[in-house]
Amino acid sequence: MKKLTRAAVLATATALALAACAAAPEDEETTEPGAEETAGETVDYTACMVSDEGGFDDASFNQSGFEGLERAESELGIQVRTAESSDPGQYETNVDSMVQEGCNLIIGVGFALEDAIEMAAQANPDIDFALVDSAFSDADFNPVTYDNAKPLLFNTQEAAFLAGYLAAGHAVATDAEEPKVATYGGMPFPSVTIFMDGFYDGVMKYNEDSGTTVEVLGWDKEAQNGSMIGNFSDTEAGRATTETFIASGADVILPVAGPVGAGSLNAASQTEGVSVIWVDSDGYMQASNADTKQLILTSIIKQIGTAVFDTIATAADGGFDAAPYVGTLENGGVDIAPLHDFESTVDPALVTAVDDLREQIIAGDLVVESVSATPTE
Amino acid sequence: MTTTDTLVAPSAQPPAGQTRERNLLQEVLDSSWLVIILAIVTALVASSVLIAAANTEVQESAAYLFARPSDFFGAAWDAIYSAYSALFRGAVFDYQAEGVRQIRPITETMVASVPLIFTGLGLAVGFRSGLFNIGAQGQVLMGAAAATYVGITFDLPVVVHVVLACLAAMVVGALWAGIAGLLKARTGANEVIVTIMLNSIALYLVSYLLTTTLLAQGGTRPISPKVADTAWFPRMLGDSFRLHWGFVVALLAAVGVWWLMERSVLGFQFRAVGANQRAARTAGIRVNLVFVAVMLTAGALAGMGGAAQILGTDKTLQAGSAGSIGFDAITVALLGRSKPLGTVLAALLFGALRAGSPLMQTSAATPIDIVLVIQASIVLLIAAPPLVRALSPIHWIGRRLGRSTKEAVA
Repeated sequence: MKKLTRAAVLATATALALAACAAAPEDEETTEPGAEETAGETVDYTACMVSDEGGFDDASFNQSGFEGLERAESELGIQVRTAESSDPGQYETNVDSMVQEGCNLIIGVGFALEDAIEMAAQANPDIDFALVDSAFSDADFNPVTYDNAKPLLFNTQEAAFLAGYLAAGHAVATDAEEPKVATYGGMPFPSVTIFMDGFYDGVMKYNEDSGTTVEVLGWDKEAQNGSMIGNFSDTEAGRATTETFIASGADVILPVAGPVGAGSLNAASQTEGVSVIWVDSDGYMQASNADTKQLILTSIIKQIGTAVFDTIATAADGGFDAAPYVGTLENGGVDIAPLHDFESTVDPALVTAVDDLREQIIAGDLVVESVSATPTE
Repeated sequence: MTTTDTLVAPSAQPPAGQTRERNLLQEVLDSSWLVIILAIVTALVASSVLIAAANTEVQESAAYLFARPSDFFGAAWDAIYSAYSALFRGAVFDYQAEGVRQIRPITETMVASVPLIFTGLGLAVGFRSGLFNIGAQGQVLMGAAAATYVGITFDLPVVVHVVLACLAAMVVGALWAGIAGLLKARTGANEVIVTIMLNSIALYLVSYLLTTTLLAQGGTRPISPKVADTAWFPRMLGDSFRLHWGFVVALLAAVGVWWLMERSVLGFQFRAVGANQRAARTAGIRVNLVFVAVMLTAGALAGMGGAAQILGTDKTLQAGSAGSIGFDAITVALLGRSKPLGTVLAALLFGALRAGSPLMQTSAATPIDIVLVIQASIVLLIAAPPLVRALSPIHWIGRRLGRSTKEAVA
């Protein structure tokens, strides 16, 4: 045992020592004065971001926001600071420490940070703030606006509507007898149910247009009630929920619970002819889905990263304005992803119908509503 | 770990003929306080390795360590120094701030410690009575929900409102814990399992209530409205500090728990049951009744911890409002050797780590996980006194002088 330990220690030490043998880099500051600035001018502007309790590695909206911030750091040459919250008690202190650190723009990710951002915005009129996925409201839930706080909102229901229409059409194509689609969420947050509302309406629209009776499992828009697994992390619960749906005859599944969608992909891979719709970003492009990406019918994309980047870019140029950013189909803030592997299987007529609906929504002829959408007027 | 300090083994008697100084040295070497302090120091040292390893500059310079070692050690020193100075600035005294903000960190530490003191005291009572109550998390959350309900529903005058909200929190917290006590007393159900399950039930129950008008009122989000300002704990030092009178109440609660455990008949029964259930039963103590009483006390204190979190700092309730208070408090109670004073000090230490973590993240770019690693390392080392003794230079010197460094205190 002792010998083994010694050998292990020696091996580790050798490995570490060998790893440390690289040549020292040339001293950049003296030999190449401009070396550090090749990536872009360094700008004296600090953008900061506070996550909600999901953390920046939540494979969901915190992560999307963080990617926008990272992009701003590398492309705009600004300074960034980040703070992750592990529970709601830290929102206020994290935002406050950002204020102390001299941030020019502080971005809170998630509706949970509304109060913290609101208080800091009132107390620090010289600092700009932004809030992802929520507008501001007073104690009686009436909307309020601040000159230095910008809400970043998304009409996710518009993109979810298209996905619902597509899913219904696809379900009819794969299972003409009993076409069914299903959805479940992580928790009944507005940012989750907005997907389910749009999806539900999209399916109903398809039924109306083509006289079918595609059924939606897992969400009732009228009652605002449906399947929730209770968190955004339990992939196993997502798999079990999806299996129940498949056993009830569902052909297309929409999991609205961030990384939990992987559980749905797993369950779908066990049954022929079941596909999944991913949320937030294009699930087909994610490395973690490499084995099951052929099951992803499409994804409902929400460009949080782009919204964050644009907000920082405008603010760093001195052009910050507090008018809400609303991601729509029109400005590309929300959309559905390409069909990738399904391009050859999905009926071109269905794709055309979806494209027509997109045009109608952009033109304002068709309005997709959800009680979860934040009113901006 | 033992659940009680009433079973402390007597120190090994020193051989005859030793001087007073030597006895003193032996006493210091045996003291559990020394072990605790050494555990904290060792944990900070161990964590500094991680802080350095997590730093990108250190990683880059490590690749050419032999070519230019000064870069590596410089970067490592910078990373560790900036992380710990940020911790100090965030938790004790901010020498870079101006005016009253300089002393704000220490008050933030006190603020963060309040729910931990209450909850830790509740758990300490349980541990000394031989009950492993893992359910503080659920009791905190239920207490927080009860306080919020009173805070947002009723319209009451200043003092009455906050007192009533606290009472509601204590009653609900006590009843929630009482379920586990009753089940143990009546059916012998293991309190560890019952309380863990009650944590889940509390979490999902409160999550559900937050979607109803009971706690969310008119909002569409699972967050309660702000509690009326009449129900807030008044601030102690004006509006630029978040320190509230809940801190003083928490200290009074510590005194109360000390009196309960050390001076009252009920507390004696608690400790007797903790030391030996059968002996206590033989001595005529109604053990089952004690189980229920212990859980009621623990639950009331934990519920008060939840109330302090909402009425003192958060003002709104979310499903995650209890954070990790319930579990941190287990550590706090164990760290404090289940004694009131120890619990208060341990809660302050954890409060400091919590208050310092935002600045560690923003100013020194230390991952928040490192702060959690420091906490976990402290606990790990405290749980293993022989390891600390083996690592500590003081005990090494003691061994060279021929002192016994065997474990004398559990």
